[in-house]
Amino acid sequence: MAFELSAETLSYIEKTIPRYPQKRSAIMMILHAIQKEKGLLSLEAQEWVAEKLDLAPIQVREVVTFYPFYREKPIGKRHIRVCRTLSCALNGGYKVCDAFKKEFHTELDEISPDGRVTVEFAECLASCGTAPVAMVDDQLYENLNEEQVAAICEQIKKETPAADTAGSKS
Amino acid sequence: MISVKKRTEIHPSERRIILKHADDPEYDVSLQCYLRHGGYEVMKQAYGRKPEELCQEVLDSEVRGRGGAGFPAGMKWKFLDRKSGKPIYLICNADESEPGTFKDRQIMHKDPHQLIEGMMISAYAIQAAQAFIYIREEMPLGAQILEEAIEEARARNLVGENILGSGYSCELVVHRGAAAYICGEETGLIESLEGKRAYPRIKPPYFPAALGLYMCPTIVNNVETLCNVKHIAEMGGKEYAKIGKPGNTGTRIWCLSGQVRNPGYYELENGMFTYGDLIYKIGGGLRDGRSLQAVIPGGSSAKVWRAGERFTGKLRSGEEFNWGIEDVPLDFDGPMAAGSMSGSGAVMVIDDSVDIVEVLANINAFYAHESCGQCTPCREGSLWMKKITTRMANGGARPEDAELLASIGDQIAGRTICAHGEACAWPTQSFIAKFRDKFVEKAKEDPERAQKRTVRLV
Repeated sequence: MAFELSAETLSYIEKTIPRYPQKRSAIMMILHAIQKEKGLLSLEAQEWVAEKLDLAPIQVREVVTFYPFYREKPIGKRHIRVCRTLSCALNGGYKVCDAFKKEFHTELDEISPDGRVTVEFAECLASCGTAPVAMVDDQLYENLNEEQVAAICEQIKKETPAADTAGSKS
Repeated sequence: MISVKKRTEIHPSERRIILKHADDPEYDVSLQCYLRHGGYEVMKQAYGRKPEELCQEVLDSEVRGRGGAGFPAGMKWKFLDRKSGKPIYLICNADESEPGTFKDRQIMHKDPHQLIEGMMISAYAIQAAQAFIYIREEMPLGAQILEEAIEEARARNLVGENILGSGYSCELVVHRGAAAYICGEETGLIESLEGKRAYPRIKPPYFPAALGLYMCPTIVNNVETLCNVKHIAEMGGKEYAKIGKPGNTGTRIWCLSGQVRNPGYYELENGMFTYGDLIYKIGGGLRDGRSLQAVIPGGSSAKVWRAGERFTGKLRSGEEFNWGIEDVPLDFDGPMAAGSMSGSGAVMVIDDSVDIVEVLANINAFYAHESCGQCTPCREGSLWMKKITTRMANGGARPEDAELLASIGDQIAGRTICAHGEACAWPTQSFIAKFRDKFVEKAKEDPERAQKRTVRLV
């Protein structure tokens, strides 16, 4: 099946490329847009980007595999990133991470059995003054404790239906 | 319109210039609000002046870069290769990633137009053909706020073609990273902006001021530095230089975090306070029943200070000093005289409730994760140091570990393309130098006890 993108993403890509003096510079913003739509960056997607920017596919793949945020494998519907770095760790970041894992019966970097989330550790989220912190998708949550984590997880469960096929691991 | 939580209390010691409006509950990120507060007036005046005059103001201000290295911004601008005839680029480094640092976040999320005004003045001063804001991926709201603010500014002809009828044109583009710390290193950032892996370039010859983005002359400045340019243009470089102390001019936004009662960001006049003032008077001191174990004075790559240690020597002025941690002046030169650095202004406080070996293990895990992998000493060394300190933290410490760690650290610093070599080696070198006894004792620890600690850091 040919690789296809929504009209919205396509128009964003067309608008983004000419913003840069050289089109190769648009690669990261394009990869962000595709990953947002598709949830991951498949090899087909990478080849599509290569063609779009007149690059060899490997020039796209080396970018995808270098930057931690780009992924070639799926994650849960919601992306939970708990800050692991010093100021958060000193204020209970590891406990916060454990609490998220427990709520969703999952381990780090896996898709939870209900398909709802993937819990990851992130390196310094630059909000050390309100440690410990975590991000759920684009939203930052600060000064977390176990009760607040429970409330956030309740919210996620309410907003996000469980996947039909439970227990799938990537 | 996006809004973020504001801080309700501003410490009376603060002198807010950059963050003047940021935490005002009535203040929002819209252009209208910025204009109501006199926004873009400085830029309008600046565009009526000669670009070289503005460069001179920045030089006169003696403002030092707020990103970490503390290099005088005016000097950096002076190094620009103007003879090549190639386009000049301006990049705002908004990749704020040094552990402990969260000041640029406040500016971008609460006062985006101040950054845009500072950038457009700077762009005009250096006659940039185009300007970019490289913002880290983990600040998606910040990127959206900036994009929307730039759109508003463009609609008012403050960005784009023939700005304010001056004949000068400059586009401003927001570019998002993808969670790689190394993009904060300016040549790594440039490679990344070119659409490649963020492998830093070797200097010389690749000084950005001569061979930067697309091998064109490029200036990379931090968010806070570029905001300062607006205030320098407004008050004049010489007047600005009266704030703070000579060689340490202006204010600085300090980020206090870790095990302290009132963590947060505090904008303080340079050189008027000490680390003791920040930690105890402004930051409220340590938590109940706790005592100080260590301070990391300028982001996690800065060399650590052990509670109780004394720093002695002679300042550049010839004046002798004998300081404890609490006496070190809160500016650029103070921490350097005390064998460390103010870095990105991130002060991390560590109390006696945690094991210092684990603190280093946490830091080492960060730098090992973030090495770009280009240079063998950094790629391998950062990983070895992480593995050793993680093993030590988990009850497997050996008597020879301290020596081993120190020898690895000593073989990285100075042997790599970029400063990540130093950034990953300095914590290990300094922790071993200052806390050797704790690292040696660790081998005698009961492995069972290591599993039972209350605060986990690795």
